[in-house]
Amino acid sequence: MRIFYTDVLVVGGGLAGLRAAVGARRRGHDVTILSLVPPKRSHSAAAQGGMQASLANTTKGAGDNEDVHFEDTVRGSDWGCDQVVARMFAHTAPKAVRELAAWGVPWNRVTAGTREVVMDGKHVTLEEPALAHGLITARDFGGTKKWRTCYVSDGTGHAMLYAVSDRAIAEGIPVHERKEAIALIHDGGRCHGAIVRDLVSGDLTAYLARATCIATGGFGRLYRSTTNAVINEGMGAAIALETGAATLANMEAVQFHPTAIFPAGILVTEGCRGDGGVLRDAAGHRFMPDYEPEKKELASRDVVSRRMEQHLRAGHGATSPFGQHLWLDITLLGTAHIDGKLREVKEICRNFLGIDPARDWIAVRPAQHYSMGGIRTDATGAARGLVGLYACGEAACWDLHGFNRLGGNSVAETVVAGMIVGEHIADLCESSDGDLTFSTALAAEFLSREEARLGALLHGGGAESPVALMTRMQTLMTDNVGIFRRGDLLQDAVTELRALSVRARNLHVGTQRRGANPELVTAYRLQRMLKLSLCVTEGALARTESRGAHFREDYPRRDDATWLQRTLATWPDPEQATPTLAYEPLDVMSMELPPGWRGYGARDAIEHPDTERRAREVAALREARPAADRHALQAALLPFLHLLPPRLRGPNARAGGDA
Amino acid sequence: MSAPTPRRLTIHILRSAPGDDATPHFEAFRIDESEGMTLFIALNEIRANLDPSLQFDFVCRAGICGSCGMLINGRPGLACSTLTHDLGTEFTLAPLPVFAVIGDLSVDTGRWMRAMSERLETWIHATTDADLDAVEPRMEPALAEAIYEADRCIECGCCIAACGTAQMRPDFVGAVGLNKIARFRLDPRDEREDADHYALVGNDDGVFGCMTLLGCHDVCPKGLSLRSQIAYLRRGMAAQGLR
Repeated sequence: MRIFYTDVLVVGGGLAGLRAAVGARRRGHDVTILSLVPPKRSHSAAAQGGMQASLANTTKGAGDNEDVHFEDTVRGSDWGCDQVVARMFAHTAPKAVRELAAWGVPWNRVTAGTREVVMDGKHVTLEEPALAHGLITARDFGGTKKWRTCYVSDGTGHAMLYAVSDRAIAEGIPVHERKEAIALIHDGGRCHGAIVRDLVSGDLTAYLARATCIATGGFGRLYRSTTNAVINEGMGAAIALETGAATLANMEAVQFHPTAIFPAGILVTEGCRGDGGVLRDAAGHRFMPDYEPEKKELASRDVVSRRMEQHLRAGHGATSPFGQHLWLDITLLGTAHIDGKLREVKEICRNFLGIDPARDWIAVRPAQHYSMGGIRTDATGAARGLVGLYACGEAACWDLHGFNRLGGNSVAETVVAGMIVGEHIADLCESSDGDLTFSTALAAEFLSREEARLGALLHGGGAESPVALMTRMQTLMTDNVGIFRRGDLLQDAVTELRALSVRARNLHVGTQRRGANPELVTAYRLQRMLKLSLCVTEGALARTESRGAHFREDYPRRDDATWLQRTLATWPDPEQATPTLAYEPLDVMSMELPPGWRGYGARDAIEHPDTERRAREVAALREARPAADRHALQAALLPFLHLLPPRLRGPNARAGGDA
Repeated sequence: MSAPTPRRLTIHILRSAPGDDATPHFEAFRIDESEGMTLFIALNEIRANLDPSLQFDFVCRAGICGSCGMLINGRPGLACSTLTHDLGTEFTLAPLPVFAVIGDLSVDTGRWMRAMSERLETWIHATTDADLDAVEPRMEPALAEAIYEADRCIECGCCIAACGTAQMRPDFVGAVGLNKIARFRLDPRDEREDADHYALVGNDDGVFGCMTLLGCHDVCPKGLSLRSQIAYLRRGMAAQGLR
């Protein structure tokens, strides 16, 4: 039996996993990272537009601080997020940007003096103060009150990933590449590590660890039309689900990005609209102001995507051999801006559409983009249900994003969560709970179980094609569990997903090679992806309201009275056909920002009975302490600093002082 | 109106599976071209319909992650951002040379790049940790942009595959490595001096091993100015060597 021991096992070599690994390593623990691919190939590299942090260095960022970032994030989430987590995040984000600057990220900087920008389709002159010259600059993004998104041209994720990956190399952290965790080893109460398959040799090894952290990103590949990389198949969430003990949350909260190029589905950044780009229809009409007169193209992503699909349904789409689409127009930004700040966009347009975005409009249509749901953790990143299991980044439902994530808050979450969770993992390792009672019998049991599962796929003599079933699942998810959802379509999807799951027990794998075998990989991932698809779809069917990115045509109102709850999905019995759903209420009485109107569409939410009482309580508290500084007031409303590692608790300095 | 007849493509792929006995050989696959078809789409179609055992690497399929470097008609390039439309009806695909072959078109760039990073210490060397609560140190906007020019490298390995020296010297750091040193030389946050850089690349496995064939510059999918980066670095290292 192959056994490998490490103090901390991090599954996933993207930004979240790397940053958590560095944190635990710096506390003196042995850390091993598993990655499907060389870590610098991770999907973090695809984040283009930037990372939100309230540095307030620019003219349009003046007055920004943690409070404003917090409120934008909560409103963006449609009140579905955990407000304590949103506070921890908004407080730590400036530190994360500054740490990354010290590690080499070449953030774009403020140039003092006047500059031309495009806002709302018009050229405007802004003046940046001399005081800010050389500090980290920021651009506008959707759903934010201030220009808060720090960036490196439109290769922000790339620059961040390289800096953090190189930092992990500097710390001597080994990355075991082309390895896949295919099961978590656990005894029902504690996680002991993972069974790991070598994607080249096919060998299985039991990795035993005091703490295991899943940072495998999202599950966009459940969908046919997605901006996600081909490795984003949700395997981290799936192996957590298969323990029967760990819990997934809000799996139905799936984000669709407004501007994926059509038909390839490749992302072009929200920075295109943040920097002044507009959306047009077949007639060349700029249609977003008709629907959202205030925020227009810079409404929250869920809103813009819905409005685009609505406009397409109304017959205003441009026609192509692949179907209907709309246009993103950034020609008004000019060649110099595109060459400097939107160069990846320019390359993508050239390579995949054969156009120059400085002259031509870009064909776009919304596509699946982000998984707000994932492995349910507490505020420290500890997974519910298994001691010693952690999750961070997109794989987790830490619950920063609720039912809609703001652009620029995902790469920010990766590093912020990594900074926080890495320290909590180190705390666990240094506590009595960190002791691992080493059981070779348990490891052997899981190893032989997984060997048997793979053997059954290779030699089971089934008849179904893994590729055909995968394609059908992806098409079904895009068609029936997309931007507009309806009870009957969701019910159809559940029925068919169950049928696909039955068929997926009878797969035919023609390639008998034990080692590198893409067909075998598709087969075993398909079985797990079907389980995740069922979690998404069953959750969407049960949630009879509309909140953030989850929009039910048959239940268009947000219903706080019934649905101010987080969906929890578990799979306690491997033989059960569908997940077990349960719900976790969000406590209105402890919210710093009680539920209200997001600023889009009708004010028609069904109120929670506690909302008014809490709103009065918050108002009274603010009135009673008119002289209190904002930090003291905030601490009285929703304490959070105690949940942060001590080194991250300090106040954030700003060049212009505290707003 | 009927759609125009699609082109019939014949794709010759160099097949190999280290560990298995079969010697590397070209195998021809025939598929119909579709509109806007990239090699990402073509190879996935071959794997889905003709040979499920075919090995290749894609991650982002958008030209930004660097996973899919391969020889396309003998020239290194990214498969995901190559349109079949730009190739003839018959062409060859082969794995990048220099890197260890995993199977078919899949090569192990990860181990090579990690070894290069460890050797050249491709990270900021600073004696003190940053104060995360304080306003960040300033940097000239133009300098940040110049650093990003070099920082855009995606470690795809095309420059190594196109390099004469790398074929002959197994320890040559190549354009990817030299470009990284050029990047850190520019960066005031890295406290290393030219004497330190010289110790890393002031030899024939570093900047003096370059024969100035500049295949790297011609094939870089990100259009990095490798020619200038290597030239400036060589000038700096020569000056250091003469001290």
